[in-house]
Amino acid sequence: MIPLVEFDDVAFAYPQPGRRRQAAFTLAGVSFAIEAGEVFGVIGPNSAGKTTLLRLLTRVVAAGRGEVRLDGVPIARLGHSELARQVAVVPQDTPRPFPFSVEQLVLMGRYPHGPGRFFESEIDLAQAVAAMEATGVRHLAPLPLEQLSGGERQRAMLARAVAQQPRLLVLDEPTAHLDLRYQAETAALLRQLNAGAGMTVLLVSHDLNLAAEVCDRLLLLGGGRVACVGPPIEVLQRAVLEPVFGCAVVVDVNPTSGRPAVQVAWPVAPARR
Amino acid sequence: MSAGRRLALALAMLGAALLAVAVLALFVGSAGLSPGAVARALAGQAGAESVESVVTLQLRLPRVVAAALAGGALAVAGVAFQALTRNPLAEPSVLGVSSGAAFGVVLAQIFGLGLSALQALGMAVFAFAGALLAAGAVYLIARVPGGLSVPTLLLAGVIVGIFFTSAITVLISVVDFDRLGGVVHWLLGNLAPIPPTALALFALLALAGFGLILRSARELNLLALGEEAATQLGVNAARLKRRVFVAAALLTGTVVAFAGPIGFVGLVVPHVLRGVLGQDNRLLVPTALVGGGVFLLAADTLARNVVAPAELSVGVITSFCGAPFFVYLLRTRYRASL
Repeated sequence: MIPLVEFDDVAFAYPQPGRRRQAAFTLAGVSFAIEAGEVFGVIGPNSAGKTTLLRLLTRVVAAGRGEVRLDGVPIARLGHSELARQVAVVPQDTPRPFPFSVEQLVLMGRYPHGPGRFFESEIDLAQAVAAMEATGVRHLAPLPLEQLSGGERQRAMLARAVAQQPRLLVLDEPTAHLDLRYQAETAALLRQLNAGAGMTVLLVSHDLNLAAEVCDRLLLLGGGRVACVGPPIEVLQRAVLEPVFGCAVVVDVNPTSGRPAVQVAWPVAPARR
Repeated sequence: MSAGRRLALALAMLGAALLAVAVLALFVGSAGLSPGAVARALAGQAGAESVESVVTLQLRLPRVVAAALAGGALAVAGVAFQALTRNPLAEPSVLGVSSGAAFGVVLAQIFGLGLSALQALGMAVFAFAGALLAAGAVYLIARVPGGLSVPTLLLAGVIVGIFFTSAITVLISVVDFDRLGGVVHWLLGNLAPIPPTALALFALLALAGFGLILRSARELNLLALGEEAATQLGVNAARLKRRVFVAAALLTGTVVAFAGPIGFVGLVVPHVLRGVLGQDNRLLVPTALVGGGVFLLAADTLARNVVAPAELSVGVITSFCGAPFFVYLLRTRYRASL
């Protein structure tokens, strides 16, 4: 079976003004595949290349070497709208200033389904309502996005992505600005979208424990290379994590879920005199 | 109410307002014609050489059409620049684009171009090139990684505006002043009657610019999400920006070529409409075309009559409205973003 997403020996470097010769590769030789229906997590330290990987997948930047394929088709051959009908992204931050209401935001997700249309169709309106229902923001529909709390904004952005009816839902640091309750709700929502709506989910996160809880498989990026791919239990091991993150960690088991839980082994504070 | 019905309602109301102001503009003026005489001329019952015919059909009517076109074009250009820069204070004159276009027109006049059909086209080309040059300069100055900085954009607009205004002054000083008859009056914005062929060209170019922006209105909404997010939704952001940028420069250049650098229409009209209709560019672009016409036609009618038989430049009226309005916006609504 053809995987939904394939990265085949992908390399990419941002152009560095003035230092054209020695451009450091942000990603080098990255190969992996995401199967349809799974929840796939990309984890790794800062500047490991997580966001770059996501931008390659959505064609914001093009691979310098290698190929990214969606359902076996190189994404360079897909039109912008064609790609957007299959892959939806929930960005880490909400745009500012943003003068539109939640409903208007969610309707923007319908653009790739009729880019030539001036106003949205009845189907578009119905899909937007369904997406707001699914993410629990329908009651916020007429409010300006800027008036919402961080958690509500995140869900509104998620609603926009759901309205896109993608096959692959990509989330960039979905819990970065959220407190514990919203983190739990986000995890529950992702599972629901994956199991209920059948969306494949790609989660890019700093949060190893969130990734451990919701993902079927994890990809650990370190210094622009694939350090390890596999189920959380295989990837989230001390011997795998410590060289990539460069610090000591303690890997435990979450008593309720049985999934691995990672903590920093905090350096011992010098005794006070 | 659906967006489509709101748009239809707003257009109907603005259309009625435009008609009312146009009728008023046709009937009042320094010639002191009686309403009956104007009506006879409009109905074609007055002799072709009669005073009422000449005043109504050859002076007032072309002027009404030119004012409505210029106002609409400037307001649409304002909406476009605001969406493009994601800056609610952007506008052709604030961004220095009008000054760039004016420089192009003065240059064209030095080469001896007038308002006959072919020469008018040449003049519009010069104005368009000047507008593109100025807008491009402002864009390059204000660009920072990840977008445009709001304060830098406004400062860049001021600087580019000053530069081109100085360049115009140099041209006027160097060239024999008599060859540039009326240039000072024109530089303040002046809707003097335009020959029919030039007026037709004006309408054609303005509608082309309007059409390009209207076609992009939905995508301009998505641009508010940021360029990267718009791309991920299927918008070809680079092409969109290029298209709208060129169209807005075309609108500005065309107006400057045929009516002079009239300021602030692109600020006042879109903001009044935003207050009523919200921020959806699909509603703003078409209503700005009609609403801009209403505003500038009213301003020009005022300019023609307030110190009659002398005449104020219409740009004076729009600046007297626009400058305080700009300050008001700066001090209240957009304080936080600066």
